[in-house]
Amino acid sequence: MTQLPTPDSEDLRARYPEVFSQPVSARLAMPAMLLGAAGIFAFGLVELDFSPARMLAGLHQLGWITLMMIPPDPGSSLPAYLVALGETLSIALLGTTLAAVFALPVSLLAARNIVPSNIFRFPVRRFLDSIRGVDTLIWALVWINVVGLGPFAGVLAIAVSDFGAFGKLFSEAIEAADKKQVEGVRASGGNALHEIRFGLLPQVLPVIAGQVLYFIESNTRSATIIGIVGAGGIGLQLAEQIRVLEWQKVSFLILMILVAVAAIDWISSRLRFAIIGRRAVA
Amino acid sequence: MAAAVSILPEQQLAVLNGAYRKAVARKRLRLTMATAVFLAALAVAAIGAEVDIRTLVAKIGNFASYFDRIFTLESGARVWTDLGEWLWGWQKWLSLLGETVLISYVGTLAGAILAFALNFLTAENTSPAPWLRFAIKRLMEFCRTVPDIVFALIFVIAFGLGPMAGVLAIMIHSVGALGKLYSEIVENIDMKPVEGVRSTGASWLSCMRFAVVPQVAAGFASYTLLRFEINVRGASVMGFVGAGGIGQELVVAVRKFYYSDVSAILLMIIISVFVIDIGTGWARGRLFGKEARA
Repeated sequence: MTQLPTPDSEDLRARYPEVFSQPVSARLAMPAMLLGAAGIFAFGLVELDFSPARMLAGLHQLGWITLMMIPPDPGSSLPAYLVALGETLSIALLGTTLAAVFALPVSLLAARNIVPSNIFRFPVRRFLDSIRGVDTLIWALVWINVVGLGPFAGVLAIAVSDFGAFGKLFSEAIEAADKKQVEGVRASGGNALHEIRFGLLPQVLPVIAGQVLYFIESNTRSATIIGIVGAGGIGLQLAEQIRVLEWQKVSFLILMILVAVAAIDWISSRLRFAIIGRRAVA
Repeated sequence: MAAAVSILPEQQLAVLNGAYRKAVARKRLRLTMATAVFLAALAVAAIGAEVDIRTLVAKIGNFASYFDRIFTLESGARVWTDLGEWLWGWQKWLSLLGETVLISYVGTLAGAILAFALNFLTAENTSPAPWLRFAIKRLMEFCRTVPDIVFALIFVIAFGLGPMAGVLAIMIHSVGALGKLYSEIVENIDMKPVEGVRSTGASWLSCMRFAVVPQVAAGFASYTLLRFEINVRGASVMGFVGAGGIGQELVVAVRKFYYSDVSAILLMIIISVFVIDIGTGWARGRLFGKEARA
């Protein structure tokens, strides 16, 4: 067995000076960043009234609450909860569908390969961004002012806030589409609408369907909370039971939400695989 | 030269055409069935959600007029004609916005630290024991499925009103969400450095520190920044349930019909979300740039 020559560290140092001696600024950058992050963190803890005493008292209280949650028990209101859960699922399904239907034409306007002019595209994009900047709960508050309390306000809130998200995602999907098929349709004499219908939509529809299904899934979660401001669904029941400290009912409602979300997850991932194939998802 | 297109004999063609038509018909049937099922589900959902088109038609004017009202000052003038009057509470709102950002910062960072500590236990290739992996995975699932505002509602009762409940709620939710993303990154690493470190007799902890962390740090940082961005939005509504930040002020303005305040606060929220989006986008671009160079 041949003995490899031991690399001489002095020799290596001379040959690769940049590995052994980094400039001071590069060496200090990482610790400085960490120190800064930790500093803001500490400042935040002080500013937001954290204290060990409050923390301990709170954890003690939380322990009691958790104990009182066991066993989960709906009392006599199980039918009401099931109706509320159905309402939540309805809100998610309707809101997402509505958003997708309205977002599709708008996303065409926001896609670079359809509307090449920046002047038109820019305001559409900023408009979508502003809608996304506002949380679903805030939209729910606004819609309650318009159509009154109830699940309908929730549907509209989810529809509006998803409209912003879909507009962006769809237009990205459209921009990523292959140009050749559109050119093929144009070469055979199709007009602009034909190009979109036969060249573009067949490419982007599976992607869009996947995204819509994913959003139905995530909106089931959002729909569970918009009830907190009065826009229907299981969140309304949950917020009420938390306020009157009925912890057994609270834990039952949380369990219901977990089961419903898991079920929807399972169904929609099945459907997504069926639509776009297993490989594309993974 | 024109290419000759060979045409098959009549009988062969008929068979192929028949098969093609059948395949198309089957596909159409499937599509029609799926559409019918979907429409039926929508109809059921519409009844469940008490959708009433008449209410919408009758009240859609309110939606437009609501936006008209929130952009009108009490004097009747448009808000942008008198910025001083419109943004009269900007100092208060700005400090509340600062609190909101701070809530999401502290919550995200605390959540990221916890998720960092836990994710190596849940990744398939680094987990020391299957039962531990299973238990922590379920825990994380629970943390991210229960919405953060529900945690906030409960924490407000346990820890008292104030931003502390909001921070803890965001932290718990971030542990669940980040833990999953982190462990997915870890599952995609190159295992050779880990084997190298293990072959020198290093402990599990050293393997993680010297073989895994250097591979995943940039990806972790990128996801954390993205989470911070999402959490700023989440923190802006924490005040709805009394867990600190600008939400409290907004919900009061909406409920008490202080119209111009609503638009002023919304404007400030949207602008700060924009600024943070752009800032984190820039930072993530730099991180990934660095990774590509290395």
